[in-house]
Amino acid sequence: MACFLVSAAEAAVVTAVEKAEEKKEMEMAEAGEVEVKETRIPLSRKLKWLTWMLWGGAGLLMFEHIWHGEVVPWFPFLTAVSNRADAIGMLQEMATAGVGMALLITLVWFVMCKAADRIIARDESEAVHRA
Amino acid sequence: MTLLITVFAAVIATVKWYNREDDNMRLGILCFLYWGASIMWLVDALFEYAELRAAYFTPAPADMLNDAFLGFSVVALGLVIWLVRLLITDPKGSVKRALKKK
Repeated sequence: MACFLVSAAEAAVVTAVEKAEEKKEMEMAEAGEVEVKETRIPLSRKLKWLTWMLWGGAGLLMFEHIWHGEVVPWFPFLTAVSNRADAIGMLQEMATAGVGMALLITLVWFVMCKAADRIIARDESEAVHRA
Repeated sequence: MTLLITVFAAVIATVKWYNREDDNMRLGILCFLYWGASIMWLVDALFEYAELRAAYFTPAPADMLNDAFLGFSVVALGLVIWLVRLLITDPKGSVKRALKKK
């Protein structure tokens, strides 16, 4: 009914954090406080991966809800809000499926970041061995 | 059916991304878009399976057709989003070159 809203809310928060982190990294690099390493994946880049997954998933799921007539272009935009029983069902779905979707995407992203770090570290140690 | 079609789109996009020669096409965005949607539909499918059990795997032909239609529409929408972003960011400078041409 409106499960995609949980991921969209998380996407909005992560986007704000990502922009702040990107700004911080740029300021630190300009000030010369940190050495810009090519072998390290910046946190802002990793957060960008998460925002793309969350916005992409939420956007395409919203399209599915429009397809099924659950999201409409007029106020209050969600047909389930029009009566109390449907609204409760919608909130239950958001609390179960919606939270589940957001958690699984975040978990997949976390595993992906760990794997990316290991690939970079492996590449670096191979280069050291070769030298 | 929607989940299946989106997963196939995600796998094809990822294989294309892996075999890319440069980053000009920004295929990573397309991968994230489809994988994000696939993960979300997977969770949706798990909740539906918990409710319907075996009946989940025997949908009515009309429902399957509608879901397939939806799946292909979702893939098309994802491609349009990716293409619009590609043209706006114009990493290869093709749009800029075309606009500056006299």
